[in-house]
Amino acid sequence: MADGAMIGTSLRSRLMGHFLLVLGVIVVVFPIYYVFVASTHTVQTILRPPLPLLPGPEGPANYAEAIFGGVGRIGGVGVGRLLWNTTVVALGIAVGKIIISMASAYAIVFFRFPLRMACFWLIFITLMLPVEVRILPTYKVMVELHLIDTYAGLILPLIASATATLLFRQFFMTIPNELLEAARVDGAGPWRFFRDILLPLSLTNIAALFVILFIYGWTQYLWPLLITNSNSMNTIVIALRKMISFADADTPWNLVMVTSILAILPPILVVVLMQRWFVKGLVETEK
Amino acid sequence: MNRATFPHKYLPWLLIAPQLAISLVFFYWPALQALRQSLLREDAFGLKTQFVGLTNFARVLSDPAYVNSIKVTTLFSALTAGLSMGIALLLAVQAEKLVRGKGLYRVLMIWPYAVAPAIAGMLWLFMFNPSFGTLALPLRWMGVQWDPLLKGNQAMALVVAAASWKQISYNFLFFVAGLQAIPRSLIEAAAIDGAGPARRFWTIVFPLLAPTTFFLLVVNTVYALFDTFGIIHAVTGGGPGKSTETLVYKVYNDGFVNLILGDSAAQSVVLMVIVIALTAVQFRYVERRVHYG
Repeated sequence: MADGAMIGTSLRSRLMGHFLLVLGVIVVVFPIYYVFVASTHTVQTILRPPLPLLPGPEGPANYAEAIFGGVGRIGGVGVGRLLWNTTVVALGIAVGKIIISMASAYAIVFFRFPLRMACFWLIFITLMLPVEVRILPTYKVMVELHLIDTYAGLILPLIASATATLLFRQFFMTIPNELLEAARVDGAGPWRFFRDILLPLSLTNIAALFVILFIYGWTQYLWPLLITNSNSMNTIVIALRKMISFADADTPWNLVMVTSILAILPPILVVVLMQRWFVKGLVETEK
Repeated sequence: MNRATFPHKYLPWLLIAPQLAISLVFFYWPALQALRQSLLREDAFGLKTQFVGLTNFARVLSDPAYVNSIKVTTLFSALTAGLSMGIALLLAVQAEKLVRGKGLYRVLMIWPYAVAPAIAGMLWLFMFNPSFGTLALPLRWMGVQWDPLLKGNQAMALVVAAASWKQISYNFLFFVAGLQAIPRSLIEAAAIDGAGPARRFWTIVFPLLAPTTFFLLVVNTVYALFDTFGIIHAVTGGGPGKSTETLVYKVYNDGFVNLILGDSAAQSVVLMVIVIALTAVQFRYVERRVHYG
């Protein structure tokens, strides 16, 4: 490119760039590759460092055992079950958050009602109350509502967030008045206006938010740790923690590595496959 | 602008009700309970409760373990934010130079974003495990007495590495976006005036990147304070000793493991104040951006 030459990005400087970026990519990807390789070897190989650089022959057996056999240390629960739990939680949080925050943003922007701004502030202030600052009392509420070890308990407290509402509010406010007036002249009510005009316009925002919230839900730690006692209700991240003991010798390391890979893969796939929306959405929504 | 609206009376309440209900039940009620609890003294069985004013705060803030935890958190946050932002900026500047291959690097660079912090911690612990981690071997060959499960500063190094690794993706994406927003003409003008690459970076690019850097500083601080609980819990459990016990880990540990309710609640309130301060800083900055941008 002409301007590349003009500002003096020399070949040497570009080669240096490639070199540093390759180094960066190695640092970023290597830990995941390392665990993938470990997941295809026997426990004996894993425990006798250095680990081979290439995948071994035990992959299929390890993966089959983890998914279908159940892991002794976590009460015989299979990784399939854990993946299911985590998928339910991540989807529940992502879809639930999008629906709830779209609805409330719709009410705040397109209607006038008493205490409208008070409601907006009530939602806004929850930004400043992350679960970490109110863990114990929130846990007590969950106990009283009998939500321990339930999907509802895992999802509900994480489903209300001011960020998504703020984002939709901001976007809805850019919709020209004429659009709403034209729709009303044509006799469209709130539901038709939402379905035929607002929803199609919001799709990019929804896609971007979906990726961000899916990852958020999938990677939750503190809340699932508190709210699940039974092994069969654990998310995969919590179960992984329970499978590991550095103190005693019978940790099934090959299954631990398989579980790590299975816990990492779905969100990576979501991010990589939906990259276009995700990157745009992330950089735009959080600013 | 006067916004056109629908003339409904009850529909908006119906639409906003779910979010309000969840906010009240899971946010406001527990937060108020934390405030109330922080002013009370209660034994672990919940049999006796008495109002003690700010005694809990006084005790918590003068407790050497809490002071230690503040120091640990400050060190951990500064190292994590500095390391991950530094590496991300270096790589983003390299990527900006390239004409081809940017996309491929970006696809690979965003992987850690999708990895749960707790798992990021475990990955690093697998690699550097003193008994079977492959990367612990070269450390031992170099004569390092490597045992992060027993040595405090090594444990700190390990959790910082994992926490920074996880955050590189996020910072990289934002620095790339920030760099793209800098007008090429400015950089070209400086080049014509004879400024070399390093000078161009420090006198033009870096100052113009300040809003992005500042935004990331706030986000990374919040990340290091709160989102890294999983790393600490999964890798060190706050130990060895209390060398990696961050503020959030201590709230959890005092509340759920040691059952010191009043102290845990007082710590929660302190954290709440920190979050409110950080949010205020963040929004002040956003406001400024709107004014000048």
